[in-house]
Amino acid sequence: MKKTLLGFAATAALVALSAVPASAHRQWMMPSSTILSGDDVWVTVDAAVSNDLFYFEHQPMRLDAIKAWAPDGAEAAIENKATGRYRSTFDVHLTQKGTWRIASESDSLMGSYDLNGKTERLPRGTNAANLAERLPAGATNVQTSESSSRNEIFVTVGEPTTTLFQPKGKGIELVPVTHPNDLFAGEAATFQFLLDGKPASGLTVTVIPGGIRYRDQLHQIDLTTGADGKVEVTWPEPGMYWVNVTTPQPERTEGAAPPPPARRASYVTTLEVLAP
Amino acid sequence: MQFSTKAIVIGGTAGLSAALSAPAMAAPGTMDVTVNIPRLKVAEYHRPYVAIWVEKPGAAAKTVAVWYDYDMKANEGTKWLRDVRQWWRVSGRTLTFPADGITGATRAPGTHKVSFTRAQLGATAPGQYTLVIEAAREVGGRELLRIPFTWPAKAGPGGRAEGTSELGTVSVSFR
Repeated sequence: MKKTLLGFAATAALVALSAVPASAHRQWMMPSSTILSGDDVWVTVDAAVSNDLFYFEHQPMRLDAIKAWAPDGAEAAIENKATGRYRSTFDVHLTQKGTWRIASESDSLMGSYDLNGKTERLPRGTNAANLAERLPAGATNVQTSESSSRNEIFVTVGEPTTTLFQPKGKGIELVPVTHPNDLFAGEAATFQFLLDGKPASGLTVTVIPGGIRYRDQLHQIDLTTGADGKVEVTWPEPGMYWVNVTTPQPERTEGAAPPPPARRASYVTTLEVLAP
Repeated sequence: MQFSTKAIVIGGTAGLSAALSAPAMAAPGTMDVTVNIPRLKVAEYHRPYVAIWVEKPGAAAKTVAVWYDYDMKANEGTKWLRDVRQWWRVSGRTLTFPADGITGATRAPGTHKVSFTRAQLGATAPGQYTLVIEAAREVGGRELLRIPFTWPAKAGPGGRAEGTSELGTVSVSFR
């Protein structure tokens, strides 16, 4: 089996690569509307990876894993897909009343193995299905942990529904205590986050209002999920908000041995908060 | 009375309820709402979408009128109903359009009188209510006014609110 594996020195590679999800640019999807009325309803979504929110100025989001689900749970078509230099865009025809979900979800395996006395890192793109074929013959001490990412948005035609919030039991998922398409400035909203189907305490929740380019301060709201996996946010002003939830990142000391791989998961959503 | 699927009852029609109003001295059974839609000097003017509803603490909001482009082909005028955003949240999003009895055409700048019976207002139980009127104009702004009222009401003027942008004076009286 001839494979080009990234032959980084073990410690440096683990630190450098595993730091990527936490410090990377921000990935987001921006729907043309989150609350809609009418009989023939469409939503257009921009999807990008950028520094400032919500400006497409760095990389388009890949659309390979994008899917949409109608309120009744049926998968719906992603139409008019295009990927440009800085952003991707697509449409969804919202043919049912209720709350729709549009998501990009992926699972991968991170970890390492020993070969010929050296510790090597699993290549990017490894997942549970292809692990066996990616491991070179003779690999020993294989250590893996699963990393799940979910980037999803919700849009509602007519009355909000919650039929699409049945947990799948994998990665970080949002359970609406407050419906994500019923948010108003000055009001408090509560969301519950699950990790692998169970309410997860201690998740890191980052909330950042859009429009960063035209202000000096980030106005980031830092929260941690409570024992029941819940967080409460009081929206300071109307607008679009980026919400990022991650499993906590262990502190690392320079030069110390890397910690054993831990379950990692990240979650992103974009929420619209209306003026009262 | 049978309606075809496309037929709708236009709500809040002035005149009809006046003809049927109770004899003088009886407790008022009707609210007259006078709505001024201001004439605006703007390059692109569209008549506002207007929703009128009644709120009572602990009860669902009751829409009594929504003026929008209800007669466009393929019901296209409903696309912008959500821009009347407070109304959309408390009531509009639960309705099916065109909604019988409450749907009406958009109104031109000027003063309009519409009348609602106590039953239409959902104010059959005695108590405190608020009449809310919200206007949202295409390529324009939005404004919301509230007029509290009590039922049973006294005959005569029953409250007013002054708009500053998308609405002029709105007043209610009882008869």
